Amino acid sequence: MKSPIYMDNNATTPVDPRVLDAMLPYFKEKFGNAASRNHEFGWVAEEGVEKAREQVAKAINASPKEIVWTSGATESNNIAIKGIASMYREQGNHIITQVIEHKAVIDPAKFLEQTGCHVTFLPVDKDGRVSAEQVREAMTDKTVLVSIMHANNEIGTINPIKEIGKLCKEKGVIFHTDACQTFAKVPIDVEDMGIDLLSCSGHKIYGPKGVGALYVRRKRPRVRCEPVLHGGGHERGMRSGTLNVPGIVGMGKAAELCFDNMAEETKFVGGLRDRLKDKLFSQLDEIFLNGHATERIPNNLNISFLYVEGESLMMGFSDVAVSSGSACTSASLEPSYVLKALGLGDDLAHSSIRFSLGRFTTQQEVDYVAERVVTAVKRLREMSPLYEMAQEGVDLSKVQWAHH
Amino acid sequence: MSYSDKIVEHYQHPRNVGSFDKADPNVGTGIVGAPECGDVMKLQIKCDDQGNILDAKFKTFGCGSAIASSSLATEWLKGKTVDEALTIRNTDIVKELALPPVKIHCSVLAEDAIRAAIADYKKKSEERQPATAGASR
Repeated sequence: MKSPIYMDNNATTPVDPRVLDAMLPYFKEKFGNAASRNHEFGWVAEEGVEKAREQVAKAINASPKEIVWTSGATESNNIAIKGIASMYREQGNHIITQVIEHKAVIDPAKFLEQTGCHVTFLPVDKDGRVSAEQVREAMTDKTVLVSIMHANNEIGTINPIKEIGKLCKEKGVIFHTDACQTFAKVPIDVEDMGIDLLSCSGHKIYGPKGVGALYVRRKRPRVRCEPVLHGGGHERGMRSGTLNVPGIVGMGKAAELCFDNMAEETKFVGGLRDRLKDKLFSQLDEIFLNGHATERIPNNLNISFLYVEGESLMMGFSDVAVSSGSACTSASLEPSYVLKALGLGDDLAHSSIRFSLGRFTTQQEVDYVAERVVTAVKRLREMSPLYEMAQEGVDLSKVQWAHH
Repeated sequence: MSYSDKIVEHYQHPRNVGSFDKADPNVGTGIVGAPECGDVMKLQIKCDDQGNILDAKFKTFGCGSAIASSSLATEWLKGKTVDEALTIRNTDIVKELALPPVKIHCSVLAEDAIRAAIADYKKKSEERQPATAGASR
C-alpha cells in the first residue's frame, strides 16, 4: 500500500494515465494554435479540441456547439453569473442562489450586489438541500437567473435540479448549475433537467487542472452571456484567449472515461464509501453523517466526530489526506460555512472530516483508514474534557463557557 | 498546517493527560475556551499545603497546537510554587513550541488555563484557612 493515502478526491483527482497519454502529443508534435486556420498545425490542434468538445457534450446530452472552454469551473461560474446578469440587465436585476454554493458562485453574486443587483441566498434544510418550492417563492418579475449547484462539494448532497430546471422553464428564467462534483459521474441531461448553463471542471474527473467548460444553451432559449474576458473572440465570443489545447484534450478524454464507465464506477466507489462508513459507525459512538443519507454523490463521506476537534484528528492520521470543516484548518479561523448553514453547532462543524474516495482508492486503503480513524478518535476522546463531561452526564449545551 | 517537531511530539506523546478529583481541596481546576471556538482546555494542579505544585494534569479539546500548549504547560507547572507558576507567559509557550502566528491563541488559552487553575486552588485554600488567606496573595 502506498503512503500517504489520498482521500480528498472532492478537492482534486489525480490525472488518469490514459488521460495523460492522450494529452502528451499536444505538448509536442501537435503543439499548434487551434485558432490557426491556414496550416496543418492549427488544423490538428483544432481537431483535438473539437473531439474533446464532443466528448464533454455527450456526457450531459448537449450539442458540441454549446460547450465553451474555460480555465476551470471558477471561470465558468463567473461567466455564467456575471455574464447573464450583465446581458439581461434590462429584463431584470434579481438573481436567486443559495447559501452553500461554492465561493466561485457566492463571490460573483456578492460582487453583483455591489453593482445594484438583488441576490436572494436561499437557506438549505438540515441535509443541505433547496427545494423547487423555495425557488418559486423567491422568484419575482425581475428574476433573470437561478444558480443552484448540482451537488455540494463538502457534504455531497445532491439538489433536485430537475424540478428547479422545470420551474425555471415554466417561468422563463435562466437556470445555471455548478456541476463540478457531478459532471460525468452522475447522470446529467441538460434537456431533461431544463439546464441552461452548466459549469464543470477537468481536475475533478481525473483530468488536468487549469481547464473547465461552460455549457451554454443555444436553443429554446438561446442563452447569451456577456464575456468576462475580452479579446480575440474565441469560443463564440464568450471566452477569448488561445485555447489550452492539451488541457482541453485531457478534459475530453477524462469526461469520456468517466461517462462510459459511470455505472461501474458509481458502484465501485459507492461500495468503498459505504464500507468506510459502516466500519466507522459500527466502531464509534456519537458520530454523525453530514449531508443527505441517500441523495448524495457516491464518493463523499462527511462525518462529525463529537468531542474531538477536526484538525487534531487529522494529525492523528497524518498519512491520510482528507479535509476538515474545522476552523483550525482554514486561514479564516471560521468553521465551514456549509456545515453551519445546515444548522450544525460550531462544535460539530469543528469536529467534521470529509473523506472523498475515487477511482484509485482500494479496499485495503479503506480498511487501513477506518482503523486509523477509530484509533485516533478514541485516543483524542480520552484526552477530551468535553467527552469526560458528557460521560459524567453534563449537558454541554448548558455549560457557561468562557468565550474568547 | 505544518507544525514544528516539538508540537508534533507533544501531540503524539502528550504529557500528563488525565484528571484529578475536582472536589479535592488541594486541587485547582481551570476550564477555559468554548466548544464553538474549537478549543476547550481543562488544566488541573495538585498542591501541598505550602502551595508547591506536586502534579499537574490536562485534557484538551482542540487542534494540535492547543494539545501541545497544554501538555507543555503541565510539564512546566510541576515543581513550581503557585506564585512562580503565575510568571509563565504565553510568549514562553510560543517560543518553546515555535507556534505559527495563527496558533498564538492556543498559548493564550494555556496561560488562561494556568491562571484559572491557580485561582481555583487559592480560592479553596482561602476557604480552608481564612486566617492566612491574606498572606497567600
